[in-house]
Amino acid sequence: MTRLRTSVGLLAIVYVAAATAGFLAPYDPAEQNRRYPFAPPVKVHVLDAAGSIHRRPFVYELRPRPGTFDEYDEDRERPLEIRFFVRGTPYRLAGVVPSTLHLFGVEGSRRVFLMGTDEYGRDVLSRLLHGAGISLGAGLLAAAAAVSLGLVIGSIAGYYGGASDMLAMRAAELVMAVPSLYLLLALRAALPLHLAPADAFVLLVAVVGAVGWARPALLVRAVVSTVRTRDFVVAARSSGASDVHILARHVLPQAAGVALTQFALLVPQCVLAEVTLSFFGLGVSEPAPSWGTMLADLQRFHILAAAYWWLFLPAIAIVAVFLLYYSITDALHQRLMLRS
Amino acid sequence: MTPRALALIVAWCLFDATGPVVSAGGAFARLQAPAPELLTTTGEVGRFGGHFTITQRAEPRTLNPVTAVDAPSREIVRQTVGDLIHINRETQLAEAALAKSWTLSPDGRRLVVTLRQGVRFSDGQPFDADDVVFSFQVYQDEKIASPQRELLRVGGRPIAVRKVDDRTVQFDLAEAKAGAERLFDSIAILPRHLLEKAFAEGRLAEAWSLSTDPAAIAGLGPFRFKEYVSGQRTVLERNPHYWKQDRQGQRLPYLDRLVFVPVTSEDAQVLRFRNGEADGILRIGAENFDALAREQEARGYVMRDLGPGLDYTFLFFNQNDPPAGATAPRALAWFRDTGFRQAVSLAIDREGIARLVYRGRAVPLAGHVPPGNRRWTNTKLPPPVHSPGRAEALLKERGFRRMGDTLVDADGQAVEFSILVSSTNTVLRQIATVIQDDLAGIGIRAHVAPFEFRAMIERVLNTKDYEAAILALGGGDADPNAELNVWLSSGPQHFWRPAQPQPATAWEAEIDRLMRAQVSMLAYEERKRAYDRVQEIVATNVPMVFLVSPSVLVGARAGLGNLRPAVLDHQLLWNVEELFWRAGMPRTPR
Repeated sequence: MTRLRTSVGLLAIVYVAAATAGFLAPYDPAEQNRRYPFAPPVKVHVLDAAGSIHRRPFVYELRPRPGTFDEYDEDRERPLEIRFFVRGTPYRLAGVVPSTLHLFGVEGSRRVFLMGTDEYGRDVLSRLLHGAGISLGAGLLAAAAAVSLGLVIGSIAGYYGGASDMLAMRAAELVMAVPSLYLLLALRAALPLHLAPADAFVLLVAVVGAVGWARPALLVRAVVSTVRTRDFVVAARSSGASDVHILARHVLPQAAGVALTQFALLVPQCVLAEVTLSFFGLGVSEPAPSWGTMLADLQRFHILAAAYWWLFLPAIAIVAVFLLYYSITDALHQRLMLRS
Repeated sequence: MTPRALALIVAWCLFDATGPVVSAGGAFARLQAPAPELLTTTGEVGRFGGHFTITQRAEPRTLNPVTAVDAPSREIVRQTVGDLIHINRETQLAEAALAKSWTLSPDGRRLVVTLRQGVRFSDGQPFDADDVVFSFQVYQDEKIASPQRELLRVGGRPIAVRKVDDRTVQFDLAEAKAGAERLFDSIAILPRHLLEKAFAEGRLAEAWSLSTDPAAIAGLGPFRFKEYVSGQRTVLERNPHYWKQDRQGQRLPYLDRLVFVPVTSEDAQVLRFRNGEADGILRIGAENFDALAREQEARGYVMRDLGPGLDYTFLFFNQNDPPAGATAPRALAWFRDTGFRQAVSLAIDREGIARLVYRGRAVPLAGHVPPGNRRWTNTKLPPPVHSPGRAEALLKERGFRRMGDTLVDADGQAVEFSILVSSTNTVLRQIATVIQDDLAGIGIRAHVAPFEFRAMIERVLNTKDYEAAILALGGGDADPNAELNVWLSSGPQHFWRPAQPQPATAWEAEIDRLMRAQVSMLAYEERKRAYDRVQEIVATNVPMVFLVSPSVLVGARAGLGNLRPAVLDHQLLWNVEELFWRAGMPRTPR
């Protein structure tokens, strides 16, 4: 129980962070600082040059090393204090509320790159936070879509049986038989390849959801076909309740446990699906940051050869989120087992 | 003098006249056939043996010189064929090749070519004027429709080819053409004895596929086809009958074999080269070049930056009329406004592109002839300016205004459009991302739309279903005539508005006039003046926003003699017949 609570709590923090990315991130994720491509994460100092504790944590501004492309030195002459609750680039909190307040920043037009920059000089921390919104958001919505679709199809198949059952189950088996990666790519390729970013996001959710409904449908159908024959359902039917009423009031609540577990299982899979599509360039388009597009650069030889390790952070974030989800799924599953 | 002495003297004369002695039998053979007139190269004298492996980004499709259009096939075919007159990739001037010499009549309309004697195809069969006449017949055939057909039309008519005798061929042009001899570069001479039958039966376009028996294929290049294993390699072997020799009279080429290996991406090419599985690499990006250059010493190869080449990248807008019956999209009014295009050009940070995308190994461009084309570039064009302030002022003059972060036109519509770019070209995609950010700075919302390359070209040239696009051109001949298709308003590659029945604007009409005029100007200075004027008009009216010209970056395993990489195609192998491995090289075990 505590494990479930801790995992859900941590995940909630992650999602709140994703929703408030505009506030937590110091800069706009699309802002290019062209003098600072591939800048490494800066060191935060608390002890100043004299060795005493400075009143605020500070960093040294980076100076590009002359004659090189991606090498920098700390400019010891220019310490920049990190201030909290600063005014900066405008954004919309959770996409709705306009604001210019940021959690932290440095004075004026200077920049502090706590997690380094990418090839265009874009702040990796800002992109990570905003990308969380896109990747986790897409994963969540797609999982919800998949489970909803699975619930509808599964309950119809389980409740009515016969031809609809056969049709639905064969379709589900077909979808499950094809390796999901190829199904994902094929589905994406069949649709218009270039879309405005907002449309691309919706399409992404739809495609990933369309691949993920099969297993929930199977499980829901199993539950519904068992519950259908139970006494209270028969009683409701004989007292004249409509099918929809019976399904909604009596049958589906029995499947809720299964649906919830499937949802918890599906979210990380859907997040991974979105990351995969974006990794291959089939997801959201520039300059929108998705964890997948951030990782796509790691396919290139020169990035691996130059060991820009900070570009690997989205992978660590994905692993952490997945571990939280699996922990939740495990705990939920155990509760289900205990209950039944 | 005794009869024996006389015989010895005669024999000595025969041996000495033709170079290294082979055998008495050889001397008798030479009595019957004319001594081959070989071309003597000027490079360092090298050692025989060894092979050279190079990677390609796709599999070849055919070995047929007439129909090969894709880059991998052409790269392979080029090593197996010879041309009459060849453009030296280093000096960029035309030189004698299979033609020993040529004369051009004073009116510039008749070219008479004298062929080398005693030259043989790679299968040992003799080469003569009949092969030349046959080859041009094939290239100009309407049914075969080879890509060279358009190149061999002058003044709207095909070049007339006539055999004068076994070693002389006459070419008649409908009108004088400057640099007419350059037309012959890379026009491969085909073996009549192997292809005549297929041509007569209408099968020539299908001949010489990758599964053809090597014995049925022959050419006049330094190498001949040996084997093709699908997905693994294409192997060419040394042509023992090649018509070039080094300064010591040794028959070229020095290398035994050329091996072409398909890999799928630039990163895979880089890895193979780095590990010693490939001996050469070209057309790589600056970041890979830098990554490889760091390990040069340790891994035993040399990377060379040849400076700015002939390639140039550009952004352009769709200025075509809408299809019949459809309403013109709002964007058309913007794209046709010269002031709008000039503003876009002012907003783009070309230095930023050169720095971020090419790591400084590129030059910003004002016009379409890059500084790497020393002979033809207009040095008086003002350098490109980066000024978002001036861009905004210009847009205001043209009736646009800012509403918050967004630029709107006179009717209040937000200025927004998509930019097509090839999905497999990382460099162009990066440029698109930088431009997107630059345009956002002046309130224009641009979407980057990666597209499969052929689908993209289809949209730009055929269906005209696009808004803006980014492309790169170049690599071919430095001569202005190589780009007639782009600058003539009737040209099929007049990208922003191809194949116009009449020039749509006064400045396009002026360009047409100048380009047509320079074709028949025979003096370089006159042509240069006309072409300079074309460059000025293009830079002022900005039908295409020119971005940067990248440096040519190549690499080769250490110890390759006569390595003289050039800015023109093929950057590494243009003098493949002279390349050789120095003693003890290459060090990587095979």
